[in-house]
Amino acid sequence: MSNAVEIYELEKTYEGGTRALKGIELAIEEGDFFALLGPNGAGKSTTIGILCSLVNKTAGSVQVFGHDLDRDRAWVKAQIGVVPQEFNFNQFEPVEEVVINQGGFYGMTRKAAKKRAHELLKQLGLYDKREGMARALSGGMKRRLMIARALVHDPRMLILDEPTAGVDIELRRGMWDFLTRINKQGTTIILTTHYLEEAEALCRNIAIINEGRIVEHNSMRNLLAKLSQETFVLYAREPVESLPEMPVIGSRLIDDETIEVDLNRDQELTGVFDVLRGHGIVIERMKNKTSRLEELFLRLVQDDDAATDAEERS
Amino acid sequence: MSIRSQSDAFDHQGPGEKAVGLTPRGAWNAFLMLLTREVLRFGRIWVQTVLPPMIMTALYFVVFGHLIGPRIGEIDGVPYIQYLVPGLILMSVITQSYANSVSSFFGAKFARHVEELLVSPMPNWLIIVGYVAGGVARGLTVGAAVTIVALLFAELSVHSVLNLFGVALMTSILFALGGLINAVYATHFDHISIVPTFVLTPLTYLGGVFYSINMLSEFWQQASLYNPILYIINGFRYAMLGISDVPIWSTYAILAVGILIAYFYLLRLFNKGIGLRG
Repeated sequence: MSNAVEIYELEKTYEGGTRALKGIELAIEEGDFFALLGPNGAGKSTTIGILCSLVNKTAGSVQVFGHDLDRDRAWVKAQIGVVPQEFNFNQFEPVEEVVINQGGFYGMTRKAAKKRAHELLKQLGLYDKREGMARALSGGMKRRLMIARALVHDPRMLILDEPTAGVDIELRRGMWDFLTRINKQGTTIILTTHYLEEAEALCRNIAIINEGRIVEHNSMRNLLAKLSQETFVLYAREPVESLPEMPVIGSRLIDDETIEVDLNRDQELTGVFDVLRGHGIVIERMKNKTSRLEELFLRLVQDDDAATDAEERS
Repeated sequence: MSIRSQSDAFDHQGPGEKAVGLTPRGAWNAFLMLLTREVLRFGRIWVQTVLPPMIMTALYFVVFGHLIGPRIGEIDGVPYIQYLVPGLILMSVITQSYANSVSSFFGAKFARHVEELLVSPMPNWLIIVGYVAGGVARGLTVGAAVTIVALLFAELSVHSVLNLFGVALMTSILFALGGLINAVYATHFDHISIVPTFVLTPLTYLGGVFYSINMLSEFWQQASLYNPILYIINGFRYAMLGISDVPIWSTYAILAVGILIAYFYLLRLFNKGIGLRG
């Protein structure tokens, strides 16, 4: 499959000397659901800003669907829909006008833009609000409005910068379903998020960026496979006095009814349940203690920070 | 079939081929949408945009035309109240064209919805033309409204229809471009009122709205000739009354050179992303 995005040696130094990007290399396949993760100030928004032509790059090159951003900028822009982190629509315009105007800026007639806007507003549950002022929408509705606006011209690639920040869980799930659906219909999606479980649930490939460098670029499956250890929390039906020996690398009793067990990747939970059942301990429910991705993310970023420190000291 | 593949607004070039974003028809649609948005914007707030200049003009006619005018008599063979009309109309065109561009574009920068345009395939020249068209629409709408007010106080005459529309149109284009340059550089709301207050208003008042430079001493006559707004107002006065302190060709020369300089300077700012892109 061809690549939707190819980035070579991308650098950005802002006025004042801050080096936000230090030679990023990245390839994103067409049709992918791709996560770009990183701590605050890592360079995620700068990378996205360059892709969307909101930030001028200092060096390097960017190809989108085989077209060079510098040479065919207008064409590249027409392939992309953007949902930024902050609300950036005119709050004093009616909801449908926000979407219709954007369609117009992408060359659509008012009639075609209106038809498409109504379709999207229906899909995103905003149709009843279409004539009201955009400022009257709730935070979650405003995020959905920005998604509708980004999709009005039917882009081949959708870029979302923290799309579910401040959105409640139910709405977030609805948004995930919607994004999964349009990805299955062929739209390449690039997502930055602070919710690591969001990236884990949605994305097939991932890049982690730290201090302007890509520190990991892999498939989600390969990345998660790198985790050698996971911790599970088990909740017993009855109080537990002491823990039996179990085929795990570590176990402890947190309180009367809560047990934590650490497992290697090749160890199975069924062995744990068998031992516990043999000692009359019934487990009612369980959960993974930490987001696996979160654990990996922290480790990669900390490793990179340590390497940078060592480099600077030497 | 997707909207994209059906649309004639987009260029459908394959990888490696030189490709543009919008077809001419798509560019026209984009221009119309931006112009419509601008017209709806100042139309929604007509109490702030159209009404105040009408009231202000009425007050000028009452005070300067009716109360003080009879004591002044005639200027260049024209009753003073009639002499005032072209200057007051064009003063509204100047201030409103400038105000529309500067407030609308700075507002879009401040609220960040200028990004809607910057991420779109609209070329920079088209964004400029769209905003300037919005400024022209407001300038000429208010100019027409002020003309209606003027009709209540004075007899209107038109010496040259072509010059009337030519000067009004080019004036509104020039000052809409000026407002846009101001908005690109502005980083605070204060910055959008500095130029109108400290540059535009003094130059307009001293540009012959209320008097002929022939009434001034030799020194001030010569000094006034360095004020470009003098040429513009006199050109419009020539179009309405057939009298002017300067030749009509100088009006068009000032306007044409000003428009060209302002447009290419603005295009350079947009292309470099100054005040717009990080």
